[in-house]
Amino acid sequence: MEFRLTEDQRRLQAGLRELLTDRQPTWAELTDVGLFQLRVPEPDGGLGLGLPEAVLAFEEAGRAVLPGPLVGTEVAAAALGLGGRAEVVRVPSRGPLLVPDLPELDHVLVLHPDDSLAVLPAAALDATPVRAVDPDRPLWRVDGGVPPGGHPFATGRPEARRVAADATLLTAALQAGLAARTVTEAVAYARTRTQFGQPIGAFQAVQHLCADMLARAELARVAVYAAAVSGDAEEIAGAKLLADEAAVRGARDCLQVHGGMGFTWEARVHRLLKRAWAWEQAGADRERCLDVLAGHL
Amino acid sequence: MKLGDTPAEADFRGRLREWLGKTLPELPAAPDPGDWPGRRAYDTAWQRRLFDAGYAGLHWPVDAGGKGVGPSMHLIFLEETERAGAPYVGANFVGLLHAGPTVATEGTPEQRARFLPPILRGEEIWCQGFSEPDAGSDLAALRTRAVRDGDAYVVTGSKIWTSHAEVADWCELLVRTDPDAPKHRGITWLAMRMDAPGVTVRPLRTLAGTTEFAELFLDEVRVPVGDRLGAENDGWRVTMVTLSFERGTAFASEAVACRREVRRLARLARADGAFDDLELRRELALLSAEFTALWRLVQWNVSEAAARGVPGAGGSVFKLRFSEARQRLHDVAARVVGADALLDGPWTAQRLQGLSYTIAAGTSQIQRNIVAQRLLGLPKGR
Repeated sequence: MEFRLTEDQRRLQAGLRELLTDRQPTWAELTDVGLFQLRVPEPDGGLGLGLPEAVLAFEEAGRAVLPGPLVGTEVAAAALGLGGRAEVVRVPSRGPLLVPDLPELDHVLVLHPDDSLAVLPAAALDATPVRAVDPDRPLWRVDGGVPPGGHPFATGRPEARRVAADATLLTAALQAGLAARTVTEAVAYARTRTQFGQPIGAFQAVQHLCADMLARAELARVAVYAAAVSGDAEEIAGAKLLADEAAVRGARDCLQVHGGMGFTWEARVHRLLKRAWAWEQAGADRERCLDVLAGHL
Repeated sequence: MKLGDTPAEADFRGRLREWLGKTLPELPAAPDPGDWPGRRAYDTAWQRRLFDAGYAGLHWPVDAGGKGVGPSMHLIFLEETERAGAPYVGANFVGLLHAGPTVATEGTPEQRARFLPPILRGEEIWCQGFSEPDAGSDLAALRTRAVRDGDAYVVTGSKIWTSHAEVADWCELLVRTDPDAPKHRGITWLAMRMDAPGVTVRPLRTLAGTTEFAELFLDEVRVPVGDRLGAENDGWRVTMVTLSFERGTAFASEAVACRREVRRLARLARADGAFDDLELRRELALLSAEFTALWRLVQWNVSEAAARGVPGAGGSVFKLRFSEARQRLHDVAARVVGADALLDGPWTAQRLQGLSYTIAAGTSQIQRNIVAQRLLGLPKGR
């Protein structure tokens, strides 16, 4: 056992963090650095790396709160050998089927409640734009159900299983990165905002809020790494659950630390929370993860 | 990032499993929890078996009588012994995990030769005299006085929460040797014989009704200067060495145990119908995810410590989450067993014992202070 980053993994992480700090790269830049080709075999023009490297990269994407169809595009390339932009969506148990960034997409990978997968051309969906809570993640509502056709993969097929598992884990990695970002933002604010003659970060009430945020983010990060190494379905569900909790509660606490400023549009803390809510429903949501875990007990 | 065993680790695990399979059936029945002499005999006999088989002091340095294996081997040992249902470290806890490693790091050659071999062989038991009635979380406020008198210190004061005091041979004792220095700089670490004249042990009854620890009253106890570890007034630094060990792997086997407990509870819940309750089923699922992740966090912390040579601050994150998850596990267990939770049975004993987890070895509030100030760099308040 040597459960820590290798030198190569450290370099990958540092390189991406540098690229994504304080700036929003274009889609072409993300493609150029190989974000979507990480796991594609080298003979096919990819980097030939594994799931651990992919989660490290997506953790950084989450920390930077990157917009766009990140998970679907990577999974379509790695699991199905599909080029172009794609997103993975799961038919929800309640409410409409929503697809983010639909006009930009080439493919939509639809996971049905029975765990079968349909790979559809994005143009085949009859959809209406709707106002989304996250301004950086525009949504389209699919009207009239999922059309037949495209490439169906029946329940239990390895492609269907892999798309579901990879999408869940990579979304968990995004959330782990986002959770870490909420800690950074909260701590930075708590160190500079002064009340009662001292930084608010010197008050234990605020310190303990931040400490719990870090504890949740750290546990989630390690759970995501471990799930990437083991590839185990139970661990992936657990990692998503913990990462969702770390990101959503982290963003809420970050907002609380920012006080009145946190409630404003300008402070941008709301963007962290809105993205955490969006990613919480992506891949596999809380109910689904809990059911997977309970099924293994 | 690798989670699997190296060939050497797999070999070690295989041989350990074989040895445990052969040895555990030969063990006598575990003593009654209230039978302290029986517990001492049982725990030290187990330690002796480990010593004879070459498994004592695995993570101790070779020149301290240990095996000098890396932390990942030690973790395999903890994982496998827990899985096999082997006895816990029990009364050997302070010697093997606090006092021993501290002596190994800070002791003179004579002190190492005197104190370490009997710990490894299960011949001497240690207890810890750190906390005092007025020095709990604020440990450095301790007031037990030690005054130099020729070749001895004369120690007077009282200690509290001392586990295994009734059966211990030695006490790792923190005393104040310079009352005028700033509080962290006037403390000294002494090894005190528990049968020295002036030592009185008064067992404390816990809320579980058992006597897991005791108060110590020290009335002009003479401790030879030769039994001082490190320099006079340097005891705080010496102690911090010990505490970092405590937060390294001390709770690792319990994380393994809790994973098993969740599965056992789920089986019980399936059998008695409680698993049909959606809320309860999902709470068990959440706990299962939490304990699996906590075990991974142990593996992460240990791998990092192995590469860096010292246990990191990640231990505080683990301690914080683990102790709270463990208490939740006991609350869920009470719901699974239903009315049985009101009886004084084994589940109840665990539930009551578990209440100490957010208090002992640094309260959850102190852990949060450590995380906030040392890991996040937030300023100390006025």
